[in-house]
Amino acid sequence: MKPVAFGYARAETVEEAIDLLAEEGREASVIAGGLSLGAMLNMRLVRPRIVLDINRVPGLDTIVAANGVVTTGALVRQVDAFRDPTIASHVPLLAHALPHVGHYQTRSRGTLGGSVAHADPSAEIPLALVTLGGAVVLRAKGRTRRVPAADFFLGVLTTAREENELLVALEWPTRRPRTVYAFDEIAQRHGDFAIAAVAVAAEVVPDGTLGHLALGLGGIEDRPIRIETAGYAGRRADASLAEAIAEDAASRVVPIVDLQANADYRRQLVRVLGRRVLAAAFEDAVRGA
Amino acid sequence: MTEPARKWIGAAVPRMEDAALLTGNARFIDDLEPVAGIRHAAILRASHPHARIRRIDLEKARAHPGVIGVVAAAEVTALIGPIPSAVRAAMAYYPIAVDKVRYVGEPVAVVVAIDRYVAEDALELIEVDYEPLSAVVDPEAAAGADAALLHEAHKSNLAQSRTFHYGDPDGAFAAADAVFKAHCRYPRYSSTPMETYGLVAHFERAPDRYTVWSNFQGPFILHALMCGSLKIQGNRLRLITAPHSGGSFGIKQALYPYIVLMAAVSRLVGAPVKWIEDRLEHLMGSSAAADRAGSVEGAFTRDGILTGLRFHNLVNVGAYVRAPEPASVYRMHASSNGCYKVRNIFIQNDLVVTNKCPVGLNRGYGGPQFYFALERLMEIAARGLGLDIVEIRRRNMLEKSQFPYISPGGSHYDSGDYLAGLDETLRLADYEALKRRRDEARAAGRLYGIGIAAGIEPSGSNMAYVTLAQTVEERAKAGAKSGALGVATISIDPSGAVTVRTASTPAGQGHQTVAAQVVADALGLRPQDITVVSEIDTLTSAWSLASGNYANRFASIVITAISQAAERVADKLKAIAADELEVAPEDVELADGTARVVGVPEKAMPVRRVATSTHWNPAGLPQGIAPGIYESVVMSPEMLGSPDEEDRVASSVTYGYVCDLVAIDIDPATGRVTVDKYVSVHDVGNELNPLIVAGQVHGGFAHGIGGAMLEELVYDADGNFQSGTFADYLCPTAPELPKLTVGRVRTPSPTNPLGSKGMGDGSSMLTPAALANAVADAVGSDEVELPLTLNRVWDIAHGRRHERAGAPRARIGAGPQAAAKPGGLVGEGTVELAAPPAQVWALLLDPKTLASIVPGCERLDLVGPDRFVAAVTIGVAAIKGSYQAEIAIADKREPASMRMIGKAAGALGHGAGEGRVRLEPTATGGTRLSYSYSANVGGKVAAVGQRMLGTVARVLIAQFFKGLERRIEPEATAEKRSMWRRLFGGGDA
Amino acid sequence: MIRVKPDERVRVSLVVNGRWLFGHAEPRMLLSDFLRHELKLFGTHVGCEHGVCGACTVEIDGRATRSCLRYAVQCDGATIRTVEGLAVGDTLTPLQAAFNRHHALQCGFCTAGILMSTTAFLAENPKPTEAEVRDMLSGHICRCTGYEQIVSAIMDVAHGGG
Repeated sequence: MKPVAFGYARAETVEEAIDLLAEEGREASVIAGGLSLGAMLNMRLVRPRIVLDINRVPGLDTIVAANGVVTTGALVRQVDAFRDPTIASHVPLLAHALPHVGHYQTRSRGTLGGSVAHADPSAEIPLALVTLGGAVVLRAKGRTRRVPAADFFLGVLTTAREENELLVALEWPTRRPRTVYAFDEIAQRHGDFAIAAVAVAAEVVPDGTLGHLALGLGGIEDRPIRIETAGYAGRRADASLAEAIAEDAASRVVPIVDLQANADYRRQLVRVLGRRVLAAAFEDAVRGA
Repeated sequence: MTEPARKWIGAAVPRMEDAALLTGNARFIDDLEPVAGIRHAAILRASHPHARIRRIDLEKARAHPGVIGVVAAAEVTALIGPIPSAVRAAMAYYPIAVDKVRYVGEPVAVVVAIDRYVAEDALELIEVDYEPLSAVVDPEAAAGADAALLHEAHKSNLAQSRTFHYGDPDGAFAAADAVFKAHCRYPRYSSTPMETYGLVAHFERAPDRYTVWSNFQGPFILHALMCGSLKIQGNRLRLITAPHSGGSFGIKQALYPYIVLMAAVSRLVGAPVKWIEDRLEHLMGSSAAADRAGSVEGAFTRDGILTGLRFHNLVNVGAYVRAPEPASVYRMHASSNGCYKVRNIFIQNDLVVTNKCPVGLNRGYGGPQFYFALERLMEIAARGLGLDIVEIRRRNMLEKSQFPYISPGGSHYDSGDYLAGLDETLRLADYEALKRRRDEARAAGRLYGIGIAAGIEPSGSNMAYVTLAQTVEERAKAGAKSGALGVATISIDPSGAVTVRTASTPAGQGHQTVAAQVVADALGLRPQDITVVSEIDTLTSAWSLASGNYANRFASIVITAISQAAERVADKLKAIAADELEVAPEDVELADGTARVVGVPEKAMPVRRVATSTHWNPAGLPQGIAPGIYESVVMSPEMLGSPDEEDRVASSVTYGYVCDLVAIDIDPATGRVTVDKYVSVHDVGNELNPLIVAGQVHGGFAHGIGGAMLEELVYDADGNFQSGTFADYLCPTAPELPKLTVGRVRTPSPTNPLGSKGMGDGSSMLTPAALANAVADAVGSDEVELPLTLNRVWDIAHGRRHERAGAPRARIGAGPQAAAKPGGLVGEGTVELAAPPAQVWALLLDPKTLASIVPGCERLDLVGPDRFVAAVTIGVAAIKGSYQAEIAIADKREPASMRMIGKAAGALGHGAGEGRVRLEPTATGGTRLSYSYSANVGGKVAAVGQRMLGTVARVLIAQFFKGLERRIEPEATAEKRSMWRRLFGGGDA
Repeated sequence: MIRVKPDERVRVSLVVNGRWLFGHAEPRMLLSDFLRHELKLFGTHVGCEHGVCGACTVEIDGRATRSCLRYAVQCDGATIRTVEGLAVGDTLTPLQAAFNRHHALQCGFCTAGILMSTTAFLAENPKPTEAEVRDMLSGHICRCTGYEQIVSAIMDVAHGGG
């Protein structure tokens, strides 16, 4: 179980990396943490002509809060994001999601950017990004573009990143007032990819009614999705509303299947986990409101 | 100091093995370079479950730089014959596929190259032209008349059927007040040791001899089979085990066909060859416990006394009956009464071959399947009779006064106190409190259940039990077989150093430490004074057929051989010391490193001096004492004879006891099973080392939890293997293990001087049954199958039939149906097109159109009426593969419906499927196209990419129809994009 | 930018267990293979080569991580600690000694990885709860022990007196 022969390029700057992608894009695989790519390379599922290593590119490991957005460089390791006070205070949903990502030994190396670029439908970091309405910053030779997370994930392992683009940063909207963030998931084993994951950002206004609500689901469809919930604004944020929203979500999803779970079960998890996470978030929010 | 003999035995001595393992100093097979000039092998494995090999072209691989040699069946079978089997069936088994492949992962060719990387490169250059055949994986289906036939020469997939009668089962059932039945489907799983198989095979000339270093663990009876296949006498195959083995649990026994294969390969390529199995190979192609179907019926009195049993075991042995199978079916056979008094037993064992990997030894070795049947039956009967699950066992368990006890099948149960073990279990569990908790939980609407499983743990197998697979006549013809030889040698060298050789090939069980404890006590030394060598070199070690590491045989048999050898050494040392000290030998004791006069401790001399004098001063030895110290014992427990004419056999030497009780809480909303209490009580006789016993108990429990809750080697209905990675095959990790309360009862075994019993299988045999019983109790249904995954338990809890993901689902409405097979990909959808049906119809049959809309199509040609071939490159993200595809159109009803049948094959895998398409005119002059499809995918993508497959299929189908829409409406606008997901996400697979 | 051709073997130098060592590797050579077969440090074991089992875990630049998902060329200049770098002479680390005392290993194949993870983990979190220990261990598969004695050994080292 050894990879095919591939060339290796170690970029020292972002410019070098995107120059190489301009040249080799189609045949290059970018390696950051390598937690997913490494396994696919070793199994010969991925057979690139060249592996582009961006781990030594300076400046891609920063976490910066400015103008209502926290920008995390592509190389921010999952463990560092989890320990970072800016993330904890400004992007609590991500902080809640990170302990569910892989294991101690993989979070040490795995990156936020790598998880997003890989686009596993069950991955927690993409779900948090979609739920918060964040964005992905892509750079190619001569241009930089921001793609809203909702448009970035196209399907299983498939994203809007063009072959000549490098994912350089993620943009996380900072926490909103009166908003409670919650995350939970159900996996067969501790640390496995979630069969279903639910991410919530719930704002409850002082009269106890729901303001803005973002409900994201991971592991359910072929990409992280956000459920349309605008119609629920103004309703009393309580357990029965949580149930109604979760039921609605369950009726709308078109679940994927795999060895772990069939479609009915995934839909059921949307129902039950959605209800539980929403209800807990509403309760917290009402208490804080 | 009257009892120095028990200073170390029974003490919790930390292991002597650990220092090397903890510091990275221990050497495993892949760490060894035992001979210069090693080359590296990689194996091309069948990606098809069942196919005829039309042609193999090795030339491109042979020409690849760095390749030393490439061989396939033609070359190998010129050197070797089939591997012998105890089952007389025309199902020749070779370690490499001959003419046909019969399971995914079967070796097809071997590349030897300068390193493993290059060898794997060359594998991709081997061209195999397969003619796929239909496959069968389900044991019930395989036994059917219209099943795909694996071995044409045998004319049936039923390899063997034997029936057995003990006592009067028919009478018992006729007289029964009540009869209960348990259906027992048991999944296939494996203990997957953390170190995979590995070997270095070296063929030498002058004299012609194969030497193979490996982590093979025995039984060494297989050495004879290997020699048979290699057509050589025994001393021309020298097997040497590595100093350390990274776990086995029985699984590494199935390394032996690779020993034969690579021995032949070494000879053919003219170089020593190292082959290290990788994890993907291990999961798809090594070995596993047999999956089973079948049933057990119990005849009961109205008081709950079990008077008769009828077992029908339908055993899926995989594609070949690979020796020592069908031993796993017969390991529990002579103990089919379990721990109960029942004496009337009928057993029918049917062995079927299917397109799955052959099975073999695995922790528990037939025990988990056996107890799943028997212990499920006991609880079904308890509920049926209105008895407590404890009470039904109490009324049926053998009583202490009955030991030693000969079971209906001929087992000599050596000792036991099963009711004491049951009581201890109840005490530790606080059973009455658990029942109250269950009542409370149920009153609160929760699903709470309690289950028990109890049984005996046979240890130290009689080699002869395997011959129960043969009829009395066949056995007579083949010659009697019996016994379980234990071999031990103890020597003391001229420096006074004590060395023990055990030929027990441990894989983590601490044999060295325990052997040292035993010998230290016998010789008055400390364990650290003793060096134990447990590996085998068949050319230089003392060994026999039963040598090796399996069947819990260390503490039941090997330890006896060690004890006896140690006693002989002790006697000799005492005789010499007595002469020197001028007392009688019986007045000498060995203690604290000295030989001294009993009661006069100052009259002493160091044991070391006594021992070394046998080398340095043989002339000074007393009359009749031979020089040197080298004592070898080869023994076999006397009671282990051949099966008698009634098929009774004393199949093991000691019988431990295990009683598990578990209470669980199920979250009905998610199917999550939470263990509230788990108690496991064991009788292992006298414990030789409590630390090691505890380690074995917890380890066996973990395997039981894995089998009960998580683990399954999954195949789809077409035989494609689907759980090919450790992300798909789920081993329990630390958070999955519930807290285990371990209890003990102790009935020393009278069969050996130390009173110990073999152990190690332990809860791996009972935990699956106990958990299934608890879940059945919680949900009030007996339709419980393993593994108890979240999805399955949720289904069971809601009275739903569990369908594995990917299995066919009821279609909505009367739309077109595609015949779907379990485990395949299915989906359906509808799309509205702007053109009328006639035009859509024409487009679908037009090669140019198809070429432009088949995803990734590089070329498409019409090769016959409604038949096309295409070259396509399909990829998801960076995972791309090229495939050759064939598409045929059938059942045309122009312009209303058609069937599209396709198959494709490429480096990453292959698939076959069909779609049904229906065209209906719409009111606006367009067409409503509805479709359904089913496909089965095999090869690497199926084995390792299972999580993604269903979605990928949907995406590709969507791309196809999207392409069709583009052809019809080239200007298809962007706002339609969002609709695509709704439409083509519609596949509900 | 450093570029290496697919079939080019380059020199990789790194500090392993306090010593500067070097070996040669094509870009595709796994770090686990490089440590074992180039540097002859066989204490690091390979159990799955797809990042799940944890047997190959080593400490790279102070962090416990999978060596089968890293390529040797990526590690030029890195500082690596393997199981061979734990004990000093014949003196086991307290963790290693506790593994022996508690019988926290049987076949010992997964042990090196678990020791490397746990060593790094306890340096960051010297007084973990049992749940934290089990969470950390969830990145390892051990088929022999059922994890019970591993957990008790770690808790003993962390909290003493156990």
